[in-house]
Amino acid sequence: MKKVLIVCGNGLGSSFIVEMNVKKILKEINKDAEVAHTDMTSAKSESADIILSAKDIAEHLSGHSAKVFGLSNLLDNNKIKEILEENI
Amino acid sequence: MISDWLTSDKIKAIDSIDNWKNAVLLSAEPLLTQGYVTSNYIEAIFKSHEELGPYYVLAPGLAMPHARPEQGAIKNGLSLLHIRDGVSFSSDENDPVYVVIMLCAHSGDEHITMITELAEIFSDEDKLSRLLKAADLNAIQAAIN
Repeated sequence: MKKVLIVCGNGLGSSFIVEMNVKKILKEINKDAEVAHTDMTSAKSESADIILSAKDIAEHLSGHSAKVFGLSNLLDNNKIKEILEENI
Repeated sequence: MISDWLTSDKIKAIDSIDNWKNAVLLSAEPLLTQGYVTSNYIEAIFKSHEELGPYYVLAPGLAMPHARPEQGAIKNGLSLLHIRDGVSFSSDENDPVYVVIMLCAHSGDEHITMITELAEIFSDEDKLSRLLKAADLNAIQAAIN
């Protein structure tokens, strides 16, 4: 199963909100994936297929083996849906 | 209900403010004076902004500054500052910011409920746009209820 990791600076506020939205969207588009959220430091050593994060954070994760998507609007669920549809 | 945390004494509406740091400080004021956070919490927010940029500006017009529980959060809480003219957080695509919601998560299930309910408001386009435009206490309370 593919793994989606949502990363923010602290690993609790914004990443948690996006995690909830991602879970909702996956259900909507009938896809299954493991979803988790974490902070930037832990993300570097955590494996994942897809990483969603704020744009500022994405720049720090450029070396990660996952496909990293930096979002300027973390609440843009249409954009998130597009990413999930294409990559899961 | 989000209004159980965002009580009227934790909501402030102003016309304008000179910079994002003062906006964060002013939004934190009720949480500081009522003992939800220590001043370390605000310093941690400034520090992570310096290191990582304004990643907590979630969407156009909306910022949710917060730090980690161990960085000075005493109780779970929320406060809201509405800036009618907006202020820049150097977040190119999301500036100007009109609503600053400070989140302090201490521990337990309560903060999960709190963030879940915030997510519901933020993910409802109609509610969010009403909140961003709500420039006085009554309108803000109407938008979050």
